Amino acid sequence: MPPGELISALQSDVAKDALVVTFETNLIALALILVLGTPTAYWAATRQSRFRDLVVTLIELPLVLPPAVAGIGLLAAFGRLGLLGGTLDTLGIDVAFNKVAVVLAVTFVASPFYVRTAVSAFEALDPTLPAAARTLGAGPGGVFFRVALPLAAGGLGAGAALAFARGLGEFGATIMFAGSLQGVTQTLSLAIYEQFDLDFDVALAISAVLVATSAATLLSVKLVTRWRSTSSSPIPSVASSPLSS
Amino acid sequence: MALDLELTHTLRSFVAAVELSVGDGATFALVGPSGAGKTTVLRTISGLLAPDAGRIAVAGETWLDTRRRIDLPPERRRVGYLFQEYALFPHLDVTGNVRFGATNGADVSALLERFRIAHLARARVDALSGGERQRVALARALARDPAVLLLDEPLAALDTHTRAAVRSELREVLAGLGIPTVLVTHDFEDAAALADEVGVIVEGRILQVDTPAGLVAAPASPFVASFTGATLLPGTAAPGRDGLTEVSLDAGLTAWSTDPGEGRVALGIYPWEVSIAREIPADTAVNHVRAPIVSLVELGNRVRLRVGPLAAEVTAGSATRLGLREGEIVVASFKATAARLLPL
Repeated sequence: MPPGELISALQSDVAKDALVVTFETNLIALALILVLGTPTAYWAATRQSRFRDLVVTLIELPLVLPPAVAGIGLLAAFGRLGLLGGTLDTLGIDVAFNKVAVVLAVTFVASPFYVRTAVSAFEALDPTLPAAARTLGAGPGGVFFRVALPLAAGGLGAGAALAFARGLGEFGATIMFAGSLQGVTQTLSLAIYEQFDLDFDVALAISAVLVATSAATLLSVKLVTRWRSTSSSPIPSVASSPLSS
Repeated sequence: MALDLELTHTLRSFVAAVELSVGDGATFALVGPSGAGKTTVLRTISGLLAPDAGRIAVAGETWLDTRRRIDLPPERRRVGYLFQEYALFPHLDVTGNVRFGATNGADVSALLERFRIAHLARARVDALSGGERQRVALARALARDPAVLLLDEPLAALDTHTRAAVRSELREVLAGLGIPTVLVTHDFEDAAALADEVGVIVEGRILQVDTPAGLVAAPASPFVASFTGATLLPGTAAPGRDGLTEVSLDAGLTAWSTDPGEGRVALGIYPWEVSIAREIPADTAVNHVRAPIVSLVELGNRVRLRVGPLAAEVTAGSATRLGLREGEIVVASFKATAARLLPL
């Protein structure tokens, strides 16, 4: 398919809506993953709590679960008849089959990619550095923001990119938990699935966009890693990233 | 100000029980083999380790008192801690490191000048040499205006070439500080060069505290003698002629000492008190060992020899003048006053 046709296929409403929904939900999900995942990873990397293994297992679970199970799980937890559905309902929040559902599905499925990489990044820090910071007057919070975070930044960035790339292609959990409503919950991968029967050119064009975005994301990780390793700071090796485990 | 400390802490194979006090401007060195509990003492003072029991007061302020349940966190104890590998922050430049814990009144650029690292202010710390890294770490520790300075093996990370230079630099810095300093090292020579008082620590107990010269003059135990550099020869002591003590060494020789003693003893002799000659000299030394030179090692301007069971240190000049070589038979002599008797 020539580039001209590819671009015009992307002009269709389906493709444009899917692009907006995908990036909107994925950026919110990424923000959620960073804000919740970073302290969790730091906690897991620095504490020898009995709950540590339990928490890490729960975080890793979505890695090995089939997406369909993830979707069912999310429905059981957040759906109208689910465990938390009643509570959310009384608060006036309806989760299933809207953008919130897409964000939850993406967060659920993509977060382990970030958290696992972040745990290794924090574990790779030389433990005398936080100790030195304490003797220089930094409290636990100061150690986190002034030492651990900047030193682990390379690893955290790599983990965030992996999670983002995984989230962009999210399919199974989203279609079960959020449905595939154009302009609301229909992400790029859901649009491909729908357009596959209706307009193959649109499906192909969207696929090309996903391939390009994912490749660019992964490539940027490598460039950032190389730039940082020539300048400083430990970065967990590829062997410790979830993709190779 | 001054530092007062007592602590008990269970380590893997023994219980460390240490008590010490260091005056203002004084440097106290804890020397001992690795795993003796030296770093435990520093970590306890800094608050990085909570001991089983203990009490620490610095400059009249109580930092730790397990009985009164006082235990200030490290960030609230005014310590300057120089870590063994210096623990500089790799994500910050030299200025960033020194400024990290600086008090509001601290003049960071004056500190950089004082430690001759002003020209490196914007340098990355991993581009520095060992000596420069140590100066950055010291400047960083002092920028906090500490009430006590803790040095963990400050010279261990340096190669032998820079070691001597950094040692005399560090000596000057310590001499100019008005606060107590606790230094930890496994090297008695480093301790002797830097500290006013030295405590020899083994398995969590301080065996003897004295000035470096005092330890060498009167080691209280065979361990202290051998740790400070003496050669130990086991034997049996009995009163002998002229009020001297006669020692029948297990190696088959007889030696005389001015120290009183009876029964099983170790004879301690420092290498610099042993002289070497071709024939038995007509001097005041009463102890002579005629034996082949087992080994001969040059250490800068000195030469260290092993003659039979004895270690001797002579100047490189004397060694050349006598034409000493391995395998040759020589006479090693030491005075009865240099033969220290330590009960076994």
